[in-house]
Amino acid sequence: MRQQQLSALVCGLLFAIGLGVSGMTQPQKVIGFLNIFGAWDPSLLFVMVGGVLVYGLGYPWVKKAPKPLFAPQFLVPTSRHIDKRLLVGAALFGIGWGIAGFCPGPALASLVTLGRAPLIFGIFMILTVLIFERIQNKKERVS
Amino acid sequence: METFISSFGKAFLGGLLIGLSALLMLVFNGRILGVSGILGGVLNSNSRSELWRYFFFAGMLLGGVVLRFTLPNAFENTLERSDFSLVIAGVLVGWGTRLGSGCTSGHGICGVSRLSPRSLLATVTFMLFGFATVWFFRKWGLI
Repeated sequence: MRQQQLSALVCGLLFAIGLGVSGMTQPQKVIGFLNIFGAWDPSLLFVMVGGVLVYGLGYPWVKKAPKPLFAPQFLVPTSRHIDKRLLVGAALFGIGWGIAGFCPGPALASLVTLGRAPLIFGIFMILTVLIFERIQNKKERVS
Repeated sequence: METFISSFGKAFLGGLLIGLSALLMLVFNGRILGVSGILGGVLNSNSRSELWRYFFFAGMLLGGVVLRFTLPNAFENTLERSDFSLVIAGVLVGWGTRLGSGCTSGHGICGVSRLSPRSLLATVTFMLFGFATVWFFRKWGLI
């Protein structure tokens, strides 16, 4: 149990450092990347290239193991069902991302700066997720 | 040109670190590293007992602190956004990522690497909406 928590801490640490090194924590770089019809800055495309390279190569290899090191089993989503929820959700996320240049990871890591933009964005993102989860739980109780 | 190459290199290096942290999450805990999903879990009263999520965020904040001392410009933010637009963006990102079951990490890195059809479609969707949003706001001079 303790190993699971400590390893999650290490993953979070490494992940945030990766975000910072990559440029994802600089909203103007994100907007530059999304400005594909203007003065496009394609550099952040390489974040995905690097990430997918490591994860794509490693994933099949890790999944050969009977179970993870510190948990009883692998819990990986298996649904292949495409629905409206997925598309509407991704679209809303894309709009918000395009307005502020923050996605959830960089926004949360940026909270340590106590900067006005990440604080406002982050607090409203967190509150919205809180409300979403409340509604979700209520729906589950009803059904 | 030199800064162009170095920003490509940093993006790639950061991407490798992000991929590595996501892969370690799978090796250790058998989970997908998706920030919006982990955030939803922390804020959902039904799954609060799973402490690893809190440790992941603690690690991210720790990573943020490390970045502040080692890469001072990691959190540079030169975008000028009104408080109101940051609120709207935070709400859209919070709601959208939960509705669409993922963000740039869970869908964009992990899901794309696994060739999950849901994640591939979500990633294309949030990218397109991000491009369209930046185009739209620039065209009307709103941001």
